[in-house]
Amino acid sequence: MSSLSQRRLGRSVLLHLFLTPLAVIWLFPLWMMVVFSTMPDNGIFSPGIELLPHGNFVDNFNNLQRDTNFVGAIGISVAVAVTYTFFSVLLTSMAGWALARYQFFGKGAVVAIILGTITLPYAVVLIPQFIMVARDFQLANTWVALIVPPLFNSLGVLFMRQAFSMMPHDLFDAARVEGVKEWRIFLFVALPLARPMLAALAIILFLASWNNYLWPLLINSQPGAMTAPVALGTLIGLTKVSWGGIMAGAVMLTVPMLVVFVLLQRHFIAGIAAGAVK
Amino acid sequence: MRYQNATAYRFLTPYLLIFAIFWVWPIISSFMISFQATRTVPWRFAPTFNWGRLIGDPAFFNALKNTLLILVIQVPVMISLAIVMAVLLNSPLLKVRGLYRFAFFAPVVVGEVAYSAVFRLMFNLDFGIINKLLASVGLAKIDWFSNVTPAMALIMIAVTWRWAGYNAIILLAGLQSIPEDVYEAATLDRVSKVKQFFYITLPLLKPVIVFCAVLSIIGTMQLFTEPFLITERGGPGGGTETLGLLLYRQGFRSLNFGYASAVAYTMAGLAIAITLVQLWLTREPK
Repeated sequence: MSSLSQRRLGRSVLLHLFLTPLAVIWLFPLWMMVVFSTMPDNGIFSPGIELLPHGNFVDNFNNLQRDTNFVGAIGISVAVAVTYTFFSVLLTSMAGWALARYQFFGKGAVVAIILGTITLPYAVVLIPQFIMVARDFQLANTWVALIVPPLFNSLGVLFMRQAFSMMPHDLFDAARVEGVKEWRIFLFVALPLARPMLAALAIILFLASWNNYLWPLLINSQPGAMTAPVALGTLIGLTKVSWGGIMAGAVMLTVPMLVVFVLLQRHFIAGIAAGAVK
Repeated sequence: MRYQNATAYRFLTPYLLIFAIFWVWPIISSFMISFQATRTVPWRFAPTFNWGRLIGDPAFFNALKNTLLILVIQVPVMISLAIVMAVLLNSPLLKVRGLYRFAFFAPVVVGEVAYSAVFRLMFNLDFGIINKLLASVGLAKIDWFSNVTPAMALIMIAVTWRWAGYNAIILLAGLQSIPEDVYEAATLDRVSKVKQFFYITLPLLKPVIVFCAVLSIIGTMQLFTEPFLITERGGPGGGTETLGLLLYRQGFRSLNFGYASAVAYTMAGLAIAITLVQLWLTREPK
């Protein structure tokens, strides 16, 4: 028996000896982001190795705010992400509910199309979307342009369909027999039951909107209409720019999400893992 | 169950409307645009104008070559790493599991712009921490941004850092759905852990691995932000130019929508081919 537990101990030590350096390497860029954001520019561009935070974050932030209106951009990002998340959760859960609950003409086709778009590159729709929103609808540099086109989301619908079809349908049928309207059953019976799944979906959608770069870069390119990632991106590559400031911006984009991730890890992981478990 | 067309479509309409306007129509539209000369007003139908240019354009083949090169190297490396992460995170022997999970999963929430900026600083030639660390152990500095090979390696390192944990989350969920008693039976039969990995875990995980691989391939195929921001618009000298970047340059810098649509449809063609391979790989055995 002792040789078995020794083998287990040896295996455990090996496991940690391998995984710990890998974890340190993986955390390193995030750590350095924080370190850079607290260093003055002449410290970032100095020959010494600096691995610990300094005290320059506020100065860096002020430099960032001088280079671009980052606070305004954060405001747009927050407002857009919140609005987008609300409507996207509503739309995808309505569609998921229809697919889970009803038998209807064309159901197979709807599911097939949704599945088909998962592997279709976004690049294919990018140019016509841009032409339509910017030229035909004249909506460039508006919130609508940032919120509405990304509302279509296939994994979310499949996720919600799964969530609703796992619920006891007797409950819904009983409500129907009582004469409750279908939309009330959806809003007041099904949605409250789906709260954990809605939370997972909302987190993933919020994050997607918060970090979205290419579409906002194309459609909202005017300084006053930029989201925070776009505003930050315009500074990268400029010659006379405060890199400490850019790093302060990167920290402001990242750290709140890391906190949310730690607090709601279970929902986060459920949302991401949903793609695989069909 | 009886049919409830009206009720069902009332719930589906908003979603399908967005889908029709922002996906169905664009899919058709970009196909048609790719057959038009779009730098004349009005646009005119010219079926070989863009596609003819595409097959003779060195910039296109350079972007295609770089994209495929990144795909062929980065995706297998990342998926293998993600499998290792998932299997080890799933080990009952692991202590402080939460800390390790945080380390590997945290990049999932980091935006492309934020991490591109950090990687640019970290890999700076003279002042980047990576070169300083290389120098401190007596290795030569690497000029990550002026030479093609290190620049490509940097893009692959960055993408792998950002997405390995994401795939590990999906794979871990797959691992946890493998019933425990399969392993218990194997252990009773004295099958070694390594053999269990190759003969139980990998085959049972195959559909999830293929799913991750396909999503990663399609994501990497559209790679844009990293070469745009980290290696400065696909530098050095187009050395990290990707199809995504070419599309951006043609569509949104030169405003050549026709040619950019042809590039987009090339990417779609590749994606469809890859999806078909996926369906074939995960087909039900007869």
